[in-house]
Amino acid sequence: MEQNRPIRRQKIVPLWRDERILSILGQAVFLIILTASLLYLARNMLMNLNRLGLGLGFDFLPLTSGFDIGEHLISYERSDTFFRALLVGLLNTLFVSSSGILVATILGLLFGVARLSGNYLIQSLARIYVELLRNLPLLVLLFFLYTSVFIQLPRVREAISLPGPVLITNRGIAIPWGIPTATFTQYQYILGFGVFSAIALGRGLAWYGERTGRAPLVWLWSLLLFFLIATIGWFILPTRPLTLDAPAVQGLRLAGGRQFSPEFMALLSGLAIYTSAFIADVVRAGIQAVGRGQVEAARSVGLSSMQTLRLILLPQALRVIVPPLTSQYLNLTKNSSLAVAIGYPELFHVSGTILNQSGRTVEVIAITMTIYLSISLLTSAFMNWYNRRVRLVER
Amino acid sequence: MTRKVFPIFAFLIVLTLILAACGGGGGATPSGGEVQTVVETVEVVRTVIVTVEVPAPAGTPQVQIQVAQAPGFGETLKTVQDRGNLICGVNGQLPGFSFVNPEGEYSGFDVDFCRVLAAAIFGDPNKVEFRPTTAQERFTVLQTGEIDVLIRNTTWSLTRDSELGLNFVATTFYDGQGIMVPTDSGIATLQDLEGGTICVQKGTTTELNLADVMATEGVSYTPAVYDDINATYGAYSEDRCDAVTSDKSQLSSVAKGLLPNPDDHVIMDLTLSKEPLGPVVRHGDDQWFDIVKWSVYATFAAEEYGVSSANVDDSRSTSTNPEVKRLLGLEADMGLKLGLTNDWAYNIIKLVGNYAEIYDRSLGPDTPTFIPRGLNSAYMDNGLLYSPPVR
Repeated sequence: MEQNRPIRRQKIVPLWRDERILSILGQAVFLIILTASLLYLARNMLMNLNRLGLGLGFDFLPLTSGFDIGEHLISYERSDTFFRALLVGLLNTLFVSSSGILVATILGLLFGVARLSGNYLIQSLARIYVELLRNLPLLVLLFFLYTSVFIQLPRVREAISLPGPVLITNRGIAIPWGIPTATFTQYQYILGFGVFSAIALGRGLAWYGERTGRAPLVWLWSLLLFFLIATIGWFILPTRPLTLDAPAVQGLRLAGGRQFSPEFMALLSGLAIYTSAFIADVVRAGIQAVGRGQVEAARSVGLSSMQTLRLILLPQALRVIVPPLTSQYLNLTKNSSLAVAIGYPELFHVSGTILNQSGRTVEVIAITMTIYLSISLLTSAFMNWYNRRVRLVER
Repeated sequence: MTRKVFPIFAFLIVLTLILAACGGGGGATPSGGEVQTVVETVEVVRTVIVTVEVPAPAGTPQVQIQVAQAPGFGETLKTVQDRGNLICGVNGQLPGFSFVNPEGEYSGFDVDFCRVLAAAIFGDPNKVEFRPTTAQERFTVLQTGEIDVLIRNTTWSLTRDSELGLNFVATTFYDGQGIMVPTDSGIATLQDLEGGTICVQKGTTTELNLADVMATEGVSYTPAVYDDINATYGAYSEDRCDAVTSDKSQLSSVAKGLLPNPDDHVIMDLTLSKEPLGPVVRHGDDQWFDIVKWSVYATFAAEEYGVSSANVDDSRSTSTNPEVKRLLGLEADMGLKLGLTNDWAYNIIKLVGNYAEIYDRSLGPDTPTFIPRGLNSAYMDNGLLYSPPVR
């Protein structure tokens, strides 16, 4: 009993000095203040809306929008609903972001590798590219590309015609495009079969390789098989599945082919080259993170430089690259909303018009934020999954 | 708040007393001793009659005026007076209507109507803070109270008048939507625009009208939609689009004010829509609605009676016309009824001018942004400007 007494005395700490209680109390107070301020803001907004006789609600979505949108991936006209207008905007956002991500990744990889090149000229060019673009505000870059490059291209009547034919004008850039014919659906099945058999062949070869220790060229043979099936399918059908539609100047506009407006081109190139500068640095950091000894060891056991890159460098570099790459992809998607400045009808641009024509400020902004959040969370979920796949498996 | 709560409270007490009195009259317990519970629903209408005390100049007896009052009534005027200036939402990019002139001051037709309001409220046309707004944000800043009134070449339409929680006050400029094309393009009819691209500003009624008309006429086109005036006409002048559409007044003022060679552009001879432009206020403050409305009408009335800034002092001392005397505050307390002083209209005319003066200053024949008056003439001159009687 006597031994316990000093311990017991230490244990008695008044409530207001107990660290555990204090920390819980602190969090509770913070939570209450946060909730109270949020409630206050929400109540304030509702009161003000009520005062003006405006309610909250999404009943405007099925109403006729009444305005046209310049570019739409799905059919859209003025008699369609606000909801469809939002959808058109969302698809445009997804289109420009995914194309942007693709181009930015390719450019970023090239410049990232170029910065590590032994060639002084290539290395300096890459450094200038990265330093220049990384330090310009994206909005300025977009304005520059739009007003000084794409709008300044020749008029429709004086279109630059490249072989193909590719037409370049200030109304847009048109490239030849395939138009599906009656047999296109059947051809899609053939392509599906091609993909399936290519994967099956690839699996088989990989299994053979693991069993015998001899490394067959898995990718080469799979691709060859796919193209073989695709080519046979193309000619075996009674009519060709696609006919080529060449663009041409017709009156005031470009007709035919696939056309990209100057706004789209400016936005795509702006987003792609801006983000590629960041990706280049991410790639460079990733490659440099792999120890030099690894490369030397790989070369000394007789791997070729291509094999070194594919089997030693990239798998290890990817672990470092993927997390920052994800945030660059998210940035690119979110930055696409800057298109509002140059007039490409992506989600934010269209929602601005809807907001104005329907007068539902709060609802439209809430919808827009939710959509951007969902896109970002989905991208991030996918990249996290990919990151887990390439992560070092520790045993 | 107490100012508002007290009359309601007093009203409720009176109501209770009346109910109690009624209850007392019919309070005899029915024979048989059974007690009947009577539930009576009384709908309390929140409109009450209150007495407003208007500050009067020293020496004159204190006048008390009774006005019908709803919640929110009088809030805007009080806010504006307490603040000491009026916050007026304008375009800011439109020569002739609202534009920063070389002296660095806002000037133009819409701007002058902001000054008209300031003159009516403060007796000083310069007590205005101009707040440039884009087409897209204009209604939101008005709804949220960031500005007191929106005078920004805004078209009056049913949706905006109802669903947006706003009230259009009066039409100050009757306009119509037109299409401007480069002169050398040879485009003369809507059909010539088949397949073309048309530049239009985002969030405007013109955007909707264009879609309507083109759908009706079966002309296919691509809209190129921009956020502000400079971007829209910038794209047009760079030949991004074949034509640009907007209110004719805007097209003409932009062609003359912003584009390098005004003669290279022609406004097509067709009108796509009616575009009545005028000031807008929030729902919920009818006094403010009345003030803005009658300040506009005062400029119409002044032109009708031939009162201008030059002769307003003479008219005040010599005029025998009761209409003019009422307008200038010599007879009946017109200004007090609005919550202003009786010299409100005198101040408007003296300090800013009547409608004709305001029009000619910004859009008259001597200005670079000349637009013929047309429908914007007084009704005696076959125009549409017509003020209800000041009486």
